[in-house]
Amino acid sequence: MTDTASKRGQTEVWITGIGLATSLGEGLDANWTALQEKRINVDEKGFAPYIVHPLMPVSFDAQIPKKGDQRQMEAWQRIGTYAAGLALDSAGIKGNKDILSKIDMVVAAGGGERDLNVDTGVLTAEAKGANAPGFLNERLMSDLRPTLFLAQLSNLLAGNIAIVHGLGGTSRTFMGEEVAGADAARIALSRIASGESDIALVGGSHNGERKDLLVLYEFGDFNLKDKFAPVWARKDHPGFALGSAGAFLVLESKAHAEARGAKPFAKLSSVVADLARRKQAGDMAATLEQLWAKLPKREGKGAIITGATGAEPATSEERGFLKAHADFPVRSTGTMFGHTMETQFPLGIALAALSISRGALFPPNDSTGTEIEMQGTPTQIVVVGAGHWRGEGMALVEAVS
Amino acid sequence: MTAPRDKLGRPVVVVTGMGIMTSLGAGKADNWAKLVAGESGIRTITRFPVDGLKTTMAGTVDFVSVDPFSSTGLSERMAELVTQEALEQAGIGAKADFPGPLFLAVAPVEVEWPQRRELGRAVGKPDFTYDDLLRISGGGKYSAYHHRFMFGSVAAHLAETFGTKGSPISLSTACASGATSIQLGVEAIRRGETDAALCVATDGTVNPEAMVRFSLLSALSTQNDPPQAASRPFSKNRDGFVMAEGAGALVLESYEAATARGAKILGVIAGCGELTDSFHRTRSSPDGKPIIGCMNKTLADAGMTPDQIDHINAHGTATPENDKMEYNTTSAVFGELLQKIPVTSNKSMVGHTISAAGAVEAIFSLLTLEHQRIPPTINYDTPDPTILFDVVGNKARDARVTAVMSNSFGFGGQNASLILTREPA
Repeated sequence: MTDTASKRGQTEVWITGIGLATSLGEGLDANWTALQEKRINVDEKGFAPYIVHPLMPVSFDAQIPKKGDQRQMEAWQRIGTYAAGLALDSAGIKGNKDILSKIDMVVAAGGGERDLNVDTGVLTAEAKGANAPGFLNERLMSDLRPTLFLAQLSNLLAGNIAIVHGLGGTSRTFMGEEVAGADAARIALSRIASGESDIALVGGSHNGERKDLLVLYEFGDFNLKDKFAPVWARKDHPGFALGSAGAFLVLESKAHAEARGAKPFAKLSSVVADLARRKQAGDMAATLEQLWAKLPKREGKGAIITGATGAEPATSEERGFLKAHADFPVRSTGTMFGHTMETQFPLGIALAALSISRGALFPPNDSTGTEIEMQGTPTQIVVVGAGHWRGEGMALVEAVS
Repeated sequence: MTAPRDKLGRPVVVVTGMGIMTSLGAGKADNWAKLVAGESGIRTITRFPVDGLKTTMAGTVDFVSVDPFSSTGLSERMAELVTQEALEQAGIGAKADFPGPLFLAVAPVEVEWPQRRELGRAVGKPDFTYDDLLRISGGGKYSAYHHRFMFGSVAAHLAETFGTKGSPISLSTACASGATSIQLGVEAIRRGETDAALCVATDGTVNPEAMVRFSLLSALSTQNDPPQAASRPFSKNRDGFVMAEGAGALVLESYEAATARGAKILGVIAGCGELTDSFHRTRSSPDGKPIIGCMNKTLADAGMTPDQIDHINAHGTATPENDKMEYNTTSAVFGELLQKIPVTSNKSMVGHTISAAGAVEAIFSLLTLEHQRIPPTINYDTPDPTILFDVVGNKARDARVTAVMSNSFGFGGQNASLILTREPA
């Protein structure tokens, strides 16, 4: 197990900026209002029988002023670059060259956005008998846009953020589906807590409106089909509905934040992650229990925000784990935002910090009784992220005392 | 007696095991012998048809069998083999029980053409849309492709095989990925989170679409005949890099832990540095400041001054832009001292192993320190008169080498440098 709990002598790490562009809207107020109103944005027709949570349209010009920059990206990168800009705005450091020239970046990313017309064109031509040895080469040489490659490279989300917003510190991109988001937060936190870094931009973005991704997850029968239901109500009809979202956080040492007069949403006290073997029933739940035990002691008013996917058997295992901690009210981001893969964990941290700063957990949206009302102000929220196939992460977000 | 901590009070990080595979062969002994003999691993591609491609050669690893074949499968198999070699040398932990985390540099994973074509054939009609492909993807027939083409699949396989601890990290910083994997391991040990880390970098992505992608960016050499002469770092007639496959693995340990268990120390990772260039997606800032800053940061991290570096293992891709930019920035950092620093590019022989390059070249740098012999830069017959490096041209050179700087630069503004030494400072 790897963990980054705050240790004695280590600095406190604050969340001083949050940027959200999701299927519910852009910015903190729009997302918070939609959560209060239990509004869910799903498209049941555009990708039928598959269900996706489409991005609420945003004006990309507001954060990516140059059209040339926008053209060099595919949707997932535009969403992320946009949300990263919102996070920098939220932290009050947008355009602050002194800080941006040293800010460290850890991004959780997928990649590989395809040109579906090119792929289909090659395959149908082959189905019609095109079988010359160099056919694929020639078609790709003539049909692929040179800039598409840059939209497929995982680290080019970070690259675009650096270019558009002028970041000049370190830049690391982690891959590996859901847990990549937890690992990004874990490494950024440990670097700041140990004094290796003062301030970091952490997050990810995902475009769920992609048929090439639906194919990939359909290979494993993971897509939610036909009818939307909250994550906890999918047991007999399992699967995840891909979601589009960008979620970025500015993490900062307390001293660095105080020196520039920045106010925290909350503090990020700990991030832990592991790789359960998931060979037998109970393996994943056992790993979640171990991670839970590694988090610093929870004595305040607690809650859990989970990125449970709705895929089985992972979600049933997680439900078992949650039952053992039934005194913690639970909220599922998968129900409200869809499954945003690498972005789900940073999104969970963002919503935990937002809930703490607004003095209330957002309301439940579930018919099965897994999510219950919470009275009062949460001071400690555990973010849970168990991947649909592998990887488990957990974080503790706390009110700044 | 050497202090277990560096000048900045952090644990000294040493290397106790290394494994390597390139188009030259498997293992340190074979690779080193061929490298100092000036052999090239670049050959005409036979894995798939090259008709219609501008570039028809690469540094492929054809001696490792993977069935069913995929680029990700090859990356995984190479990573496994080099890790085995590194662990055998290090003699650390128990079988399938490595006492630390895994940091894996790996190419972004995606569904590949053989699998896509299989799906296309399965539709069973000549006219179809992408929706038809989607409709037949489920039902369990292709579940193995889901598992194969998860980004985290290679790291998970290594973590399970070798018993690394915690959540394994898969990372990409493009052509700097290998260096980044080492940097993450160094940082984890310096923070005191672990006494050991396994840093692996692998790339087996010589496939038609990858070749086309780099061709469309005009990044590849087209000097196909003879293939061995295509990669010409620092030459006037260089025209691009040569794609290649390979993998490298390093076992890193704190000096204290390594000496406590009596491990043989192969070298020291004295410094790491990284600095993002926000100028352009594929080009360096014309003033070179981010690269200069990266090298200076690395020197500062090692607590060293430019006069203490006596060899540079260059990024040296042989693209017209890279080599010129690398010379200009290196000379800005080293000034007059540069005349006395031999420089070489391993890519002249093994090609550009992309995600693996930073680790592959770190291992070659450590072997250079061990053997006190600098591998040549081959195909160096027409020096570029504007690149005034002391290039170790065509023949290996015996030299006193105590500290090597190894540089890696990648798309997306990724710059990373390492300083490797023989003994703790």
